[in-house]
Amino acid sequence: MSAGQPAAPTVPGRVGRAVREAGAQGRAALIVYLPAGYPDLDTSQACLEAAAEAGADLLEVGFPYSDPLMDGPTIQAACQVALDHGYTPHDDLAMCARLTPRIAVPALVMTYYNLVWHYGGVDRLDHFAADAAQAGLAGAILPDLPASEGEPWARAAAAHGLDTVFLAAPASRDATLDAVAQRTTGFVYASSTMGVTGARTALGSEAAPLVARLRARTSDPICVGLGVSNRAQAAEVASFADGVIVGSAVVRAAGEGGPEAVAELVADLAAGCREGHAAR
Amino acid sequence: MTAAMEPASADLAHFGRFGGRYVPEALTGALDELDVAARDALEDPAFQARLDWLRRDYGGRPTALTLAEGLTEEAGGARIYLKREDLAHTGSHKLCNVLGQGLLAQRMGKRRLIAETGAGQHGVATATIAAKLGLECVVYMGAEDCRRQHLNVVRMQLMGAEVIPVESGSRTLKDAINEAMRDWVTSVSDSHYLIGSVVGPDPFPRVVRDFVRVIGEETRAQVLDRHGRLPDAVTACVGGGSNAMGIFHAFLEDPDVALLGIEAGGEGLDTDRHSATLTAGTEGILHGARSWVLQDEWGQVRPTHSVSAGLDYPGVGPEHAWLRDSGRATYTAATDAEALEGFSLLARREGILPALETAHAVVPTLRRARELGPEGIVVMNLSGRGDKDVDEITEVLEATGQAPGAGAQG
Repeated sequence: MSAGQPAAPTVPGRVGRAVREAGAQGRAALIVYLPAGYPDLDTSQACLEAAAEAGADLLEVGFPYSDPLMDGPTIQAACQVALDHGYTPHDDLAMCARLTPRIAVPALVMTYYNLVWHYGGVDRLDHFAADAAQAGLAGAILPDLPASEGEPWARAAAAHGLDTVFLAAPASRDATLDAVAQRTTGFVYASSTMGVTGARTALGSEAAPLVARLRARTSDPICVGLGVSNRAQAAEVASFADGVIVGSAVVRAAGEGGPEAVAELVADLAAGCREGHAAR
Repeated sequence: MTAAMEPASADLAHFGRFGGRYVPEALTGALDELDVAARDALEDPAFQARLDWLRRDYGGRPTALTLAEGLTEEAGGARIYLKREDLAHTGSHKLCNVLGQGLLAQRMGKRRLIAETGAGQHGVATATIAAKLGLECVVYMGAEDCRRQHLNVVRMQLMGAEVIPVESGSRTLKDAINEAMRDWVTSVSDSHYLIGSVVGPDPFPRVVRDFVRVIGEETRAQVLDRHGRLPDAVTACVGGGSNAMGIFHAFLEDPDVALLGIEAGGEGLDTDRHSATLTAGTEGILHGARSWVLQDEWGQVRPTHSVSAGLDYPGVGPEHAWLRDSGRATYTAATDAEALEGFSLLARREGILPALETAHAVVPTLRRARELGPEGIVVMNLSGRGDKDVDEITEVLEATGQAPGAGAQG
C-alpha cells in the first residue's frame, strides 16, 4: 500500500502475532518507541519508518502529554519539543495514518490516560479507540492506567480491534500480576526495574524473575522495557524475554542524527535480540 | 498490628465517579501497603495516643477559634470566627497531615520521606516531622516557587531537608508532584511519598483527609460550646483542598451548615491566568485521580497562575469534585486583587498576617457574612501565617504603588 491510501482496517491480534513470529524466526522481538512530533511531525514519521526498515518488529508511537510522570528526562524533553510545536493528539493520529500504510510492522500508541479519556469530549474512550483503529494502529499502551482501572478502556479497545498492553513491575504483587495477565492482550510490558524511562548503564537483576512470575500466569508474550539502550543489554534481555523494548536511547539517536542514526542503532539492537535469543 | 487487611474496595477508593488510582502499576503495591497501614493505624490505640500527643504537646492543638471583631464590624453582618491554623507549629494546617503520615511512614518501616511543595508550607511541615522522627527528607519544589518562597526553602534546609528545584514544565507545584512521583517509583521500597494535599491516587485523598479532619472536629465543638448551635457557613481557600477538606469534613452531615470553598481567580476567570479548577475547569485525570482539571480541549494540562504559590495548581482533590457535584459544597473564586485586599483587611483589622493562600477566603467570607445578617455565624479557616509572603506581597504592592511606607518616602 502506498502513502495516501486509507489505512487498512485493524486486524485483532496483530501485536501478539508480531512478537511470536520473531520468536519463530529465532530472535526476541524488538519494540522501538519514538514520540510523534519530535523533532517535528514529518521527521518523527521518517524516524519511525527507518526503525521499521532497520529491524524493529513493533513500533510504539508516543503521543506527548503535558505531565508524563512515567518518563525520564530524555523522553520528557523530546515530548516538550513536540508540545511546544502545538501538535495535538489529532495531529499525532494523522501522522500515524500516514505512517501505518508505509510500514510492514504493527504500531501501537503509547500515551497517558487523560489524553485518551479526553479525546473528543469527556470520557470518550470509544472515540479515541475508533480513530486510533482508523489510523491503522494495532493497540495502545497507557502506562498510568493500571489493570485495576483498565476495564472501560479494554472494552472500548476490544470493540475496535485494538490490543491493550498493561504493565507489570518487579514490586507488583501476585494479585496485581493476575489482573495484568488477565486484562492484557498483545503482550505484557514487564518493567525491568522500579523507575521511569531512561537509558541505564546496567540492568537490574529484577527483570528475569518478573518474567518468570508472569509466565506462570499467561501464555501472552512478555516483553521487557525500561533502561535498555545498547546491543549487549538487548541481548541480555532477549535471553529470557520474548521482546525487548527500547525508548530513550532511540529518542536520543533521533535527536542527534535523525532517521539514519535511528536505523543504525535499531540494526545494532536487532542484532542483540538475535544473539540473546540464540544463547538461550 | 492487627492481621493483614485486604486493600480497600473500589467503593472506598472513589468519591462517586471521582478518585480512583491512575498511576503506573509499579506504585500499586506501595499504595496498597499505605492503605492497609492507614486503616490499621486508625484502629490502633497506641498509634492514636502517639498522634494525639504530637498534636497537643508538639503541634499546639487544639488551635484557637478567634472572634474576628474587626472583620465582623467591617462586614456589618454575621459574626465571623477564624480557625487559627496559623498558630499551629510550623504556621499552617499542613502539620496535621505530616504528623499522621510521618507516623505511618515509620510504622511501614520507611527511612526516607519524599514531598512536593508549592508555597513551601507542606515542605516545611514535612522537614519538621522528618527531623522529629529521624527520617531523611527530600522536597521537590518548582524553581519558580523556590524563588517566590525563599524563606521556606531556608527553613527546610535548616531542618536538614534536601530541597530540589524542579525546572521541568511550568516549574510550579504540578511539576513538583510529577518529580516526586518519579522519585517514588524509583525508591518505593524504602521511601514514603508524603503527599501534601487531598489529591493523588487512592488512598491518599482519604488518608490525608482523615489526618486533617481534626480541624473541623475542633471547630464544630468550639462553636457548639460558645453558641450552643452550629455555624451557618464554613469557608476555606482551595488549591488541592486539604485545609478546606479538613474544616468541611466534620460538617458534611449537617445540611444547615453551608460549605464554601474559595479558589484562586488570579487575574480573573475571563483570562487564562487563574487556578480556579472547580469554578472554571473540566473533568479529567491528573496525578492519579479523576477529578476536575484546568486543561485544554485535548486534556493537556494548562499553565495556571495565582499570586499564591500554594493555590497555583491545575487540579483539585477528588472529594471536592464530588462535594461540588452533589451540591453539598459550593465553590467560588477570588482574584489576586481580592486576595491582597483580604490580606490587608486581616493585617490592619485583626493584627494577623495570613498566608496569601488563606487571604483569598477573606473577601468572599465577608460577602457571605453580609448575606447572613447579624444573627449568623461564619467560620473561616485561617489556614496559615503569612511571614513567608512578606517579600512577595511587598513586591506586588510596590508594582501597584501601594507598598507600605511608599508614601512616607515621598
